Amino acid sequence: MKRHFLIVLLSLAAARVVHAGVLPEDRADVLLHSYDGGGVTIQGPSLLVRKQFAQKFSVSANHYVDRVSSASIDVVTTASPYEEERTQHSVGLDYLHDRWMMNIGFTNSEENDYSADTFSFGISQDIFGDLTTVSLGYSLGNDTVGRRGDTTFSEETERQHYRLGVSQILTKNLMLGLSFETITDEGFLNNPYRQIRYLDTTTPQGYSYEREVYPRTRSSDAGSIRMRYYMPYRAALHAEYRQYGDTWDISADTFEIGYTHPIALGWTFEGNFRSYSQTKADFYSDLFPRSQYQNFMGRDKELSTFASQTIRLGASYDIVRSGWKFVERGTLNVYLDHMMFEYEDFRDLRVTGVAPGTEPFYSFDANVLQFFVSFWF
Amino acid sequence: MTMTLRKTLVRACAAAAAALTLAGCSIEPWVKPYERDRLADPIMSFDRDPVSSAYTGHVYEAREGARGATGAAGGGCGCN
Repeated sequence: MKRHFLIVLLSLAAARVVHAGVLPEDRADVLLHSYDGGGVTIQGPSLLVRKQFAQKFSVSANHYVDRVSSASIDVVTTASPYEEERTQHSVGLDYLHDRWMMNIGFTNSEENDYSADTFSFGISQDIFGDLTTVSLGYSLGNDTVGRRGDTTFSEETERQHYRLGVSQILTKNLMLGLSFETITDEGFLNNPYRQIRYLDTTTPQGYSYEREVYPRTRSSDAGSIRMRYYMPYRAALHAEYRQYGDTWDISADTFEIGYTHPIALGWTFEGNFRSYSQTKADFYSDLFPRSQYQNFMGRDKELSTFASQTIRLGASYDIVRSGWKFVERGTLNVYLDHMMFEYEDFRDLRVTGVAPGTEPFYSFDANVLQFFVSFWF
Repeated sequence: MTMTLRKTLVRACAAAAAALTLAGCSIEPWVKPYERDRLADPIMSFDRDPVSSAYTGHVYEAREGARGATGAAGGGCGCN
């Protein structure tokens, strides 16, 4: 069960309101993705098609699949390895009127223990001689959460996203992007499988497990600034900073810098470095003093204090440069991300024979591979 | 910090509303349309490959507590 993808869906749905004054290009993408790290492998395809019609509209459709095989640290210490599949379908419609662009979208995601529907609406406009694009977005998501092996368990979650974006041309070589987003959640926000641990001297290992209990509301604010600079030669440098805070007392900072360099013969190379750090939720603990210690208790490592770094290398190759039949151009692309996670208050319980709370802190690396082909027509 | 960000968001929305109100006013662009060829280059796009950025965002969101403000916030370069 994963619900975090919904956050991405909502964000991207809201973020669709871009490029006011110009409809998105007609293109088709076929992507194969692979994630491997921390005992988890996730693979699958993503197909995205977008087409204009009647000069004022553009429709898009996306088919996405995650095939998950998980023996993560959480699974091997408190449950059994599992496999599952998630399928997601999205459709969207853009409408262009003068310098205004409107967008509506719908996404459905299904897996054996989770169902989610998301509606989105956005509007954007170019102003100030088309130097500035302002966009506003709203999304509403409704999820139904189940639990494998428990047919009586069914919970609901509602999510709302409010988004403001501004992109600004500063000079002939420099663009600026600002983004603010508030997200509110209400309902069942737990992972229904994960558990907290507490000290229990009656057991050989000195601790026991019980189900997590999260607050039923969460509100978060995030703001980001990004810049993209055209170098004196044909290449681009970009940087981004994001600050985040929520009512669970998590705060986070994200910094990213990257470089894109096309060369002759149709190749484009890309390098990227991303650094992320966060503080823990106020109800998180790796080891609680006793059972039912407080009203809300969580031990998700995603809610702990940790830092991660990601290094990306990518390459694109123009396979169709001067058109072929109805295809205007096409590219082959490959991206490899190496991610490194180090946790500061989430311990590795695979290590036994030590006193509870003295196990080493958990860390893991992951490799993420994307291979995709794109055609413009 | 959350409250600070929320205030910032409210102010930004107010600024956006004011900007939209002023949209009808004529402002001389300091970067002329014919000077935007570099900005129109695909390598200057904030979201060059949406199918890839959507997947990358999904990977991060699944493993981090933070969320939001990650999409391609504009990128319209007025290059049409």
